[in-house]
Amino acid sequence: MNYFTDAVAWLLDPAHYPGPTGIPTRIGEQLLFTAVTLLLASVIAIPIGFLIGHTGRDRGIAVATSGGLRAIPTLGLLTLVALWIGIGLGAPYVALTVLAIPPILAGAYTGFEAVNRATIDAARAVGMTEWQIVRHVEIPLGLPLLIGGIRSATLQVVATATLAAYIADFGLGRFLFAGLKTNDYAQMLGGSILVILLALVLEGLFAGLQKLVVPRGVAVGRPPVDRKASTRRRPGMESAITKGI
Amino acid sequence: MIEFRSVTKEFPDGTLAVDDFSLTIPSHRTTVLVGSSGSGKTTLLRMINRMVDPTGGTIEIDGVSVASLEPVKLRRSIGYVMQNSGLLPHRTVVDNVATVPLLRGVRRKKARADALDLLDTVGLDRAIADRYPSQLSGGQQQRVGVARGLAVDPNILLMDEPFGAVDPIVRAELQQELIRLQHELGKTVVFVTHDIDEAFLLGDQIAILREGGRIAQLGTPAEILAHPADDFVASFIGADRGKRALHVESQDGSDVLVDADGRPAGVLVGRRSGTGPSDPSGSSDLSSRARSDAALDVTAEGLPL
Repeated sequence: MNYFTDAVAWLLDPAHYPGPTGIPTRIGEQLLFTAVTLLLASVIAIPIGFLIGHTGRDRGIAVATSGGLRAIPTLGLLTLVALWIGIGLGAPYVALTVLAIPPILAGAYTGFEAVNRATIDAARAVGMTEWQIVRHVEIPLGLPLLIGGIRSATLQVVATATLAAYIADFGLGRFLFAGLKTNDYAQMLGGSILVILLALVLEGLFAGLQKLVVPRGVAVGRPPVDRKASTRRRPGMESAITKGI
Repeated sequence: MIEFRSVTKEFPDGTLAVDDFSLTIPSHRTTVLVGSSGSGKTTLLRMINRMVDPTGGTIEIDGVSVASLEPVKLRRSIGYVMQNSGLLPHRTVVDNVATVPLLRGVRRKKARADALDLLDTVGLDRAIADRYPSQLSGGQQQRVGVARGLAVDPNILLMDEPFGAVDPIVRAELQQELIRLQHELGKTVVFVTHDIDEAFLLGDQIAILREGGRIAQLGTPAEILAHPADDFVASFIGADRGKRALHVESQDGSDVLVDADGRPAGVLVGRRSGTGPSDPSGSSDLSSRARSDAALDVTAEGLPL
């Protein structure tokens, strides 16, 4: 109990807010780091995922590769890359991009695969080019699942980004590593609470976004919301995204 | 005119879907390809707009080989209506109908206005223009599908079991609607179905297909009914079960047509008593067919009475 009240007291202490090591700056760094990582991972994973989803080819390789990427321990990879390219933000970016790729890749190709084959066939039969099929049919209809993949990746990255502080003076992880070194458990716990809150806020934003991108014509065709039924309906797909396979 | 010349399609897995198929499909008429699953009928249809490319032989439209045409351009010039409508679920009815004109660069306003006109043409209320496909009944969706097929005013309309997934009452309605439309528009319709009654109702020319796209018989409904080429055709059209073998029984001064099981199929009018539609022209024929159901259609033109 004492630790917790101490942590809250630490969080409420105005002395911890201003300056380049203050809480707002650290949150900003954490968010920036998360955003850049997601961008890097998306640039790599989304085109590949779309290509796999559109052609239906090489799915096995993608599943195996993203499964393999998932199995890499992030801290180990971080250390390895840091030994290779040195101290700084480079290594965390590489390690967390690797962490973020599998869920985004899975979201991209399951999104495309979930589009009714007959719809795509019809689009082709009336004279859409392959690119027009991707742009006008597969992307709008597959977007909710892609956003789901990015949402899952965001959650992992924003939490794991604390590791960046392991080898750089950066982000909310500083509070954890600094606290650990000086046995300042209030600071450690305070830092952890901030990470958790940040993750929850982002999760909430993405949940909203994911609902927002469901095309209206698809949303109106669905039966009234029944959360239990809808999560049970596609268990394979949901778990594929969260597990990144 | 669409011409199949010794067309063969072997799929990569070795399945011979179509083997040496030749057929001439006349313009402004409805040709029905009818057969059970595995007869290659859908494959044949899809070869016309290059959704499938043959592995042998040629297909020509008005003397031009489709193989020499760019697939996307070719498809945009041909209407295509499929089972389960194939509408884009995230676009409204009017946007679905306007899809191809917009791809061809027609201005948005004009495409929309044309699409609304087409809703009238296929017998839909303009009030549904801004609804989404999921908000429509199966029959309405199919009508939208037909409207989309007609959107570029194509000469050729390909229909792949378009009424296969709707209930029998709606199917009958849609069939009558197609007869009316075809009467007005005179497109070259290639229609695929496994339902022989539908084939007899809609087709000017019918090709009954066996497995591998071999033509068991080609002819008008009357020709096929009058002289089934072989046992396969007789069985396929139901002649061997007595469904088509009607005879006349006199009932209070009227001639009643009765099938082999003794069930009345219709009343014979016109040719004997001279009171019915006796105009031999095609249009009267079509309208009388439009009013009659499939069974009466058989009595009206299917029997050598």
